[in-house]
Amino acid sequence: MQQIATPVLLDMYRRMLTIRRFEERCNTLFMQGRIPSTLHLYIGQEAVAVGVCANLRLSDYVLGTHRPHGHAIAKGVAIRDIMAELMAKDTGCSRGKAGSMHVGDIRVGMPPAIGIVGGNAPIACGMALAQKRQGRDDVTVCFFGDGAANEGAVHEAMNMASIWALPVIFVCENNLYGASTPYGSVSKLENVADRAVAYGMRGMIADGSDVLAVYEAACDAVSFSRKGNGPVLLECKTYRLCGHSRSDPLTYRTKEEEALWRDKEPIKRLGEWFVAQGLKTTADLAEIEREVGLAIDDAVAFADASPYPLPEDALKHVFYE
Amino acid sequence: MAMLTIAEALREGIREEMMRDPRVFCLGEDIGISGGFGGAFTVTLGLSDQFGHERILDTPISEIGIAGVAIGAAMAGLRPIADVQYGDFLFCMMDQLANQAAKMTYMSGGTVAVPMVMRAPVGSTRRGTQHAQSLEAFFTHVPGLKIVAPSTAYDAKGLLKAAVRDDNPVLIFEHKLLYGSKGARSEKGALSPIGEVPDEDYIVPIGKGIIRREGTDVTIVGKLTTVYMALAAAEELAKSGISAEVIDPRTLVPLDKELILSSVRKTGRLVVVEEDNKTGGWAGDILATVAEEAFFYLDAPVKRISAPDTPPPFAPVMEAYYLPSAEKIIQTVKSLF
Repeated sequence: MQQIATPVLLDMYRRMLTIRRFEERCNTLFMQGRIPSTLHLYIGQEAVAVGVCANLRLSDYVLGTHRPHGHAIAKGVAIRDIMAELMAKDTGCSRGKAGSMHVGDIRVGMPPAIGIVGGNAPIACGMALAQKRQGRDDVTVCFFGDGAANEGAVHEAMNMASIWALPVIFVCENNLYGASTPYGSVSKLENVADRAVAYGMRGMIADGSDVLAVYEAACDAVSFSRKGNGPVLLECKTYRLCGHSRSDPLTYRTKEEEALWRDKEPIKRLGEWFVAQGLKTTADLAEIEREVGLAIDDAVAFADASPYPLPEDALKHVFYE
Repeated sequence: MAMLTIAEALREGIREEMMRDPRVFCLGEDIGISGGFGGAFTVTLGLSDQFGHERILDTPISEIGIAGVAIGAAMAGLRPIADVQYGDFLFCMMDQLANQAAKMTYMSGGTVAVPMVMRAPVGSTRRGTQHAQSLEAFFTHVPGLKIVAPSTAYDAKGLLKAAVRDDNPVLIFEHKLLYGSKGARSEKGALSPIGEVPDEDYIVPIGKGIIRREGTDVTIVGKLTTVYMALAAAEELAKSGISAEVIDPRTLVPLDKELILSSVRKTGRLVVVEEDNKTGGWAGDILATVAEEAFFYLDAPVKRISAPDTPPPFAPVMEAYYLPSAEKIIQTVKSLF
């Protein structure tokens, strides 16, 4: 991990912290009734999106899931635009048409996130097919959960990606639960990545709570696909340190299990590593914390000051013009 | 000017669009296998010889994947023409069509285009209930999809070209009995209209219907095979002194509503004929539109001739009972006078 440049490490720290504070603020705004929808928060999984996307370019694509705020922030969607979308404003990244489960911004390579579990996997193959046909050495990252691993769409997509050697990195965020259902009760395999062999595809596993481990695994996977070697299935073992949605009382997990994962949560872990390595002081980290807080404040203020769409704007954008 | 079947017209349309625009490619099952049959109804026959197997892309039997790959490729700058062997298989890819393709532009606030074409053969042709349905109404109900249904060779080529050039997902419903496929893929009982198709480039604009026969006493609206039933019925009705106007909307979404309304304002009577079953159907929606917007021009109740609410039956005697026909149209029209 020493070979990762310090600016990259710092950017990953800042992005993970931005996701965490953004999500916490979203939760507050939801409780205040200022975000009029449910939210699937990314708290605890920050290292996955950030560690993967730190290896991507603007012209690479990312396909998100129903839990997409972290994917969007990691790929570079402006937090002002995401917050405005969540608060149903006209300045939102989808002009208030889509809400939390579909945030994205095609200008930075993230189309609207796909709220249907597993529905993004075949689309990722199509985007990667286009990248390949256009002679670009770009890649497409498809995030999906352990629950989506059992969708037929994912099976069809992985097979197609493999036979056509498409530059897709399927990133499985195995957070151990599909909503409340434990992964172990819906798969006989310990690892989702073990399925890679069935598609003739490369499979990898990374500690999803360690952004350095995710970064290194993703670096390997992305450069492998960029060189035209075909897809990779990268499984990141992670944990959601919050409920599935805002109505989830979290009564299906033990406090002991939660404590175990909280102990190794990725942001604190990288911060401690910085200090131990002598790269940053706790005062430096506090300054980053302050700056992130200001950025979130700015995003909320921007959303607050933005107008709502007109009711009849509902009729626009059914077709592309 | 060449005389072409619909299968040939579609093939020429695909060929010309692929020559015109390097972004255009086809994907589907059995469409380009060397020594194969060029798709279930020969539409892509020979195209892989000309364009190679990257641009005539044979897929696994993975309908969700076919649709998703078409959507993603379209979003990222290509112009896919996907097909399914039978329209019934669209149900396998329903999430991709209804949740993804149809909603992507809306979900992006108008910033993401999905310029894809999905071709699907429909119609009852003695293959049992899972290779025989007419699915148009399922998809006309989904906002965000454009839908065309060509009944002539001229329209097939012109609508296909318009669909490829459109920046939105376009479904093309093609009828198995209208293709005119030859050899082992020919269909028993086919109408196989052969029509004049210009050699030069042209499109049939999406959203424009056509009057197939002018008349003054009753408006008959049909699509695909039922256009031909309506024309046969009109010929017979003329002998009884009833002048029927036959309208082929050609595009189902967006519907050329004004063409139908202006015809009904003139004739005062409306019969809509479809092969789909009745409840929640396409014909019922046109009747409702006319009842809402031209009620005071009507001289008789609006009528539809649809299949009954059963799966398409196999046995020819039952199938004949199930399907609309010129005879059923004649009886219905006469009941309005």
